[in-house]
Amino acid sequence: MYVAVKGGETAILNSYELLAAERRGDQDTPELTLAQIKGQMRLALARVMQEGSLYDEELAALALKQASGDATEAVFLLRAFRTTLPRLGYSLPLDTAAMRVRRRVSGTFKDVPGGQVLGPTPDYTQRLLDFTLAATGNAPKPMLAEQPLPDVLPCVLDVLGSEGLIEPERPADGDPAPKDLTREPLMFPADRATRLQNLARGDEGYLLGLAYSTQRGYAESHPFAGEIRMGEVAVTVCPEELGFEIEIGEITLTECQMINQFAGSNTAPPQFTRGYGLSFGEGERKAMAMALVDRSLRASELGEDIHAPAQQQEFVLYHTDSVEASGFVQHLKLPHYVDFQAELSLIRTLRKQFDTQQRDEA
Amino acid sequence: MTPYPIPQRQHWMRILALTPPERLAEVLSPALLAEHDAHWLRRPETGLVMLRGRAGGTGAQFNLGEASVTRASVSLAGQIGHAWVRGSNAQHAELAAIADALLQCPAHHADLIASVITPLSAELAERRATASRATAASKVEFFTMVRGD
Repeated sequence: MYVAVKGGETAILNSYELLAAERRGDQDTPELTLAQIKGQMRLALARVMQEGSLYDEELAALALKQASGDATEAVFLLRAFRTTLPRLGYSLPLDTAAMRVRRRVSGTFKDVPGGQVLGPTPDYTQRLLDFTLAATGNAPKPMLAEQPLPDVLPCVLDVLGSEGLIEPERPADGDPAPKDLTREPLMFPADRATRLQNLARGDEGYLLGLAYSTQRGYAESHPFAGEIRMGEVAVTVCPEELGFEIEIGEITLTECQMINQFAGSNTAPPQFTRGYGLSFGEGERKAMAMALVDRSLRASELGEDIHAPAQQQEFVLYHTDSVEASGFVQHLKLPHYVDFQAELSLIRTLRKQFDTQQRDEA
Repeated sequence: MTPYPIPQRQHWMRILALTPPERLAEVLSPALLAEHDAHWLRRPETGLVMLRGRAGGTGAQFNLGEASVTRASVSLAGQIGHAWVRGSNAQHAELAAIADALLQCPAHHADLIASVITPLSAELAERRATASRATAASKVEFFTMVRGD
């Protein structure tokens, strides 16, 4: 018998109000402003922009506020909003070599040209809870060096590149436009550009776990962090109405160049290979995880054995998206009353048969 | 057509885009803005630009993610001004488009370069130099331990 499921409208409307009340919390405490979220929760913002695949600090702050700080829900809100905006075009490729660096470190060379620049990193903190922040958190004014950094810091991997010890990274002939996963479905085998777009939008926790698995032996991986840089990069477009390129602003990016050992093949000499990660804002963990997974997914083109999950394109790329994953996992809580009735009556029938059989055998 | 060379226009459009909108509103005098009737060819419109990166920084292009961008076009004082600015601030695009039109207008050009673009450009350089000096203070100075034998 089919039972129509209707009703619950009032309950739903009242749940909205409960949600809003819980979001607001104690009314005697001042409400969070978007400026506070933008200014003081910058890393949460960066994650939401990266996985929401939309660089807009204001919207990301709003999404985080609306989602009560739930990054995955905020990503969903941002992704939904982006579908309402028209696509005005594509930027010219971001020139990360020209980044105005705020942090640049190398795990492979101590004396990199331009030096190791730590920037605003928690790496050297002791991770002790700082109870002074619970009261007032007035930051000291940063120390200023006599001289600014050079405008452009040379890329660390160029050192190896000049000796021919690392695979060169050049576009294919004609520098073709990449496939766009927001316009066409994911197809296999996916080329590197498609994989990088997928990983860039992918959930940080998932990529971190996969990246970790490659280090623990579930792939041929002997990585070094050749260079990590974070800072501001110019966004350039070439609008039709102008016919020339203009800089329209800048964004913060974190870039990670992983170096991996490669013993060579029949056609390629022994050399280092690359894994690449790029993330909006200060997203070092994400960029590093992305670089490791980018490299593990290059197994087939480099002729490596494929035996680990992080090397399997379909497994990795089909499960990176937190909006899809969260939706499919969480849809289970929606009414499945009719499906379940069918299962229930099947189990009852089988159980009856089983019980009869047991009785007959006794 | 604009009588000024493209690199010059690229420069002022860049400065207009990189200046915070509140600051832009301060430096563009209301009297000047009121002097001409603005005819909007395209009112500020926010949309998306897909940002592209390159594998390894120099290799194949890939789509990294989108950024919100606001654009506007205005006909003013016999010139057409365009603006594209990152973000979704309509006023920023509006002011930048008006300034772009006026900067192409010989009657206003020299004055606006001197009173708006040059100072804003200096402010930007100053902001960046200070930020860069703060970053430079976190540069590691390695020193070698001398072993006493």
